[in-house]
Amino acid sequence: MTKALEARDITAGYIPDLPILKDVSVTARTGQLTVIIGPNGAGKSTLIKAIAGLVPVSQGTVTLNGQTITNPRPDQMGRRGVAYVPQSDNIFRSLTVGQNLDLVLRHAGAEARDRRAALLTQFPALADKERDKAGSLSGGQRQFLAVAMALAIKPSVILMDEPSAGLSPKAAQEVLEHARALTRDGVTILLVEQNVKQALRLADHCYILADGQNQVDGPAQDLLTDPIVGQIYLGGKRVAPA
Amino acid sequence: MIQHLVDGVLVGSILSLGAIGLTLAMHMLRFANFSHAELLSIGAYAALVFDGLFAALYPLLATKIEPLSLTWALTLALLISMALTGASAVVIDRLIFRRVRAKGGELSMVFASFGVAMVLRNIIGLTFGLQSQLYSKDIVMALVLSRDPLLLIKPDQVFSLIAALAIMAILHLILSRTTFGYALKAVAENPNLAQVSGVNLNRMIVLIWIIGGGLAAAAGVFYGLSNQINPVLGRDLVLPIFAATIVGGIGSIYGAVLGGFLVGIASNIALVILPSGYSPAVPFLIILLVLLIRPTGLFGEERT
Amino acid sequence: MIGLISYLVFFTTIAAILSIAVLGLNLHWGNTGLFNGGVVAFFGAGAYGTLILGGTPQSGHLGGYELPYLIALTGGMVIAGFMAWAVGILTLRLRHDYLAIATFGVAVAFENLMRNATGLAGGATGIRGFERPLRSALGDGFTYNVLFLIFVLILLAATYLFLERLIRSPFGRMLRAIREDEVAAQSLGKSPSRVRLTAFITGSVIMGLAGGLYGTFYAFISPQDVLPILTFQIWAMLIVGGAGNNKGAIMGAFLIWAAWTASGWALSRFAPLDVQLYTGSIQFVLIGSVIVGMLLWRPQGLFPEKLVVSQAARPK
Repeated sequence: MTKALEARDITAGYIPDLPILKDVSVTARTGQLTVIIGPNGAGKSTLIKAIAGLVPVSQGTVTLNGQTITNPRPDQMGRRGVAYVPQSDNIFRSLTVGQNLDLVLRHAGAEARDRRAALLTQFPALADKERDKAGSLSGGQRQFLAVAMALAIKPSVILMDEPSAGLSPKAAQEVLEHARALTRDGVTILLVEQNVKQALRLADHCYILADGQNQVDGPAQDLLTDPIVGQIYLGGKRVAPA
Repeated sequence: MIQHLVDGVLVGSILSLGAIGLTLAMHMLRFANFSHAELLSIGAYAALVFDGLFAALYPLLATKIEPLSLTWALTLALLISMALTGASAVVIDRLIFRRVRAKGGELSMVFASFGVAMVLRNIIGLTFGLQSQLYSKDIVMALVLSRDPLLLIKPDQVFSLIAALAIMAILHLILSRTTFGYALKAVAENPNLAQVSGVNLNRMIVLIWIIGGGLAAAAGVFYGLSNQINPVLGRDLVLPIFAATIVGGIGSIYGAVLGGFLVGIASNIALVILPSGYSPAVPFLIILLVLLIRPTGLFGEERT
Repeated sequence: MIGLISYLVFFTTIAAILSIAVLGLNLHWGNTGLFNGGVVAFFGAGAYGTLILGGTPQSGHLGGYELPYLIALTGGMVIAGFMAWAVGILTLRLRHDYLAIATFGVAVAFENLMRNATGLAGGATGIRGFERPLRSALGDGFTYNVLFLIFVLILLAATYLFLERLIRSPFGRMLRAIREDEVAAQSLGKSPSRVRLTAFITGSVIMGLAGGLYGTFYAFISPQDVLPILTFQIWAMLIVGGAGNNKGAIMGAFLIWAAWTASGWALSRFAPLDVQLYTGSIQFVLIGSVIVGMLLWRPQGLFPEKLVVSQAARPK
C-alpha cells in the first residue's frame, strides 16, 4: 500500500514557543480510512489543520504522494487534490446550498456544471434544498453539504475533522459509513473522531494521540479490543507524559 | 421639510458609496479604517486633474452634457479616477496596512489609519492648496420642482443619485450572481473555511480595496459635483460614513447602502430642529442612538 | 537668560500637563488595549469643567460659580469621567471598532457643542475671566509660573505613582489578562467589560485632570484648544514613548512636544512667507508620519515596556 499523505515528526502550534503538537507522525495510505482518536485536547484537530496549512508547522515535514508540501497555502490544497472538512462551521451559512457548491467549483471550468449535477444526484437531500440558505439546513444535511463541497474538487485525499460531532447516532453512523464508502473509490481519508467504537469498526488504521504526542497506532481491528485504548482515554496510562 | 428629505437622499447616496467599501474592509480586515474617507478626496482630486487634462487635450470633451454641468471630460475622468483610487487603496495597503497587520493587532491598524488619513489629507492640501475648488465654474440653475413647499434640485444631483444607484445595482449583481460575489461573502463569514475552499485571501483583500477605492472615488466626485471639493472633504465625511456602517451593521453591504441613506436623511432632517452649526455632530448622535437601541445595526451579526 | 529660563518653565509646564494626558491614554491603550479616538474630548471636559466651575461670573453663558480651585478641578475630572462612563457603557461590550468610532465621535461632537452652544460655554470665543488660584497673593509673574510648574509636576508624579501601583495591583494584572486574552480573563470570574469600563473611566479622568491644568495655566479655553490634532499629538507621544510604559509615555510627551514646537518655530522662522500658510499642513504630515513610521518600524516605541508575560493569558 502506498503512502498518500505522510506527516513526519510534526511540531506545530499557533505560537512558535508553545507547540501543541510535538513530533507527531501520521501516515494515510492510499485508499484507506485512517482515523486519529484521542482524548480532548490531544491535538487531533490541530494536526489536521497543520496538514491543511491552517496552523504553522515549525518542525517536521508533510508529504503528499512523495512530494513535500509542509506549510502549504490553504487555498491551494484543493488544486493538489486534498480536501478538508472542518469540524464545525464547515459550510457558508449566508450562501445557498447551490452557491456553496458553485464556490468550491469555481476553478473547475467547463466541468463545473456536470460535477454540480452529479453531486446533487449523489446527495438527494441537498438537491431539494438547492436554493435554500445553507444556514437553514439540519445538522446532518450540513455535514453532507460539507462532504459534497469536499468531493466537488475530486480529491484524492480528504481530511475530516470529527464529521459526526453533534449529530444524532443515526446521522453519525450514516456520515461515517459514507466516508468508508468513499475509500472504495480509491479516495484516501484521514479522519479525526471522538466516536471511538464506531470509528474503529469502520477504519483500516488508527492512531491514538494524547498530550500532542503519538501514543499507539495499529490496525483498527486490533485496537478495538486492546485495553490500552481505554487506559489512554481514562488518563491512566500515558506513554509519554506531559 | 421636503427639501431636507430630498437633500438627505442625495447626500445619502454619496455616504452609501463610501460606506460600502468601509464596511467591507472593516469586516474583512477587522479594523475601523479612519483613512477610508480620504479615498473620497483622492478620487475627487484625481478626477479634477484628469478633467483638466482631457479638457485641455481635447477641447471637444469639455462640452457639457446638457442639462448637466458635467462634461464628457469629467465623465472620463471619473472612470479613470475610480480605477486610480482603487489602485491607491491597494498601494496604501501594501505599503502600510499589510505591514502593520503582519506586526501587530487590530488596534495598531486603527492608529495607523489615523496617521495615514492625516498624511494623505495634508499632502492633498499641500499639493492642491487649502481653498475649495469646483469642477465647473458655470452656475447651473436648480430646477424648481415645486414652489410651495419650495423644492429645488440641480440636474447634477439627479445624475449623481442615478449614477450612484446604478453603481450599487451593478455591485449587487456581481455579489449575488458571480462566484466572485460568493467568495466575498464566504470570506466575510468564515475566512479560514473560505481559504480551504480555494479562495485566495490576499487576492480578495486586493479586490476589496479596489472596489472600496472605486466606489469612494465615485462618491468623492459626486460630492464635488453638488458641493465643492476641498482637502478636508475626508475629515468632514468620515464620521457620517462610519455612522452609515454602524446603522447598517458592520460587514453588511446592503446595510451600508441603507445606512448611508438613513444617515443622509436623518442628518438633513435634524437640521429642521437644530441650528445648522450642529450638523457635524448629528452623525455622532445617530451612532449613539444605534448603540443604545440595536448595537448590531440593521443587518449586522454579533461578532467579537 | 531669564527669557530662556522662563521659556523653559513655560515649555516644561505644557509638556508635563500633556504627559499627564499621555499617562491616561497609556492606561487605556497600553495597559488595557482600549482605543480612545477622542482624547481631546475628555481633556476638554476637564478644562471646560474646571473653568466653568471655578471661574468668575460671566454674562451670556454658564459658569462663574467661583468654587474653590481644587473643587473646580475635581469637578472637571468628574465631568470627564461621566462622559467616559456614558461612552464606555454603550461600546465596551462590542468589538473594539465601536469604541474607536464612538470616542472619535465624542471628540467631534464635543468640539461642535462647545463652538455652537454659546449659552453653555461661551461658543467660539471660549471662556475667559478665570482667576488663577492664589494669583492675588503671588501675582502673574515668573514666581507664579515656577510655582505652578511645581504644582503640575507634583500632580504628574502623583499620577505616575498611582498608575504604577495600579498596574501592579490585582486590578492591573486583570487588565493585562484581558488585553492578552479576554476568554481566559473571563474564566477567572471577572467581567471583562466591567473591568475595562473602570479602566476607561480612570484613564479619562486623568485626561480630565490634564485638561483642567491646561485651562488653569492659560486661564482660558476655547474650541480651538480642543481640535482633533491634540488627540493625535498625544497618541504620537505614547507611540514614541512605547505603549504600556509610563516612564516612556512621559519621555515621549516631552520629546514630541519639543519636536512639535521646534518644527513650528523653524517653519515660521525659515520658511518663505507663502509656505507659512501651510505650516499646519506640514506639521500634520510630520505627526502622521511619526505615528505610521513608529508602527511600521518600531511598534514597541523608543522606550519599550519591560516584558511582562502573564502565563494565564496564552491563547489556545
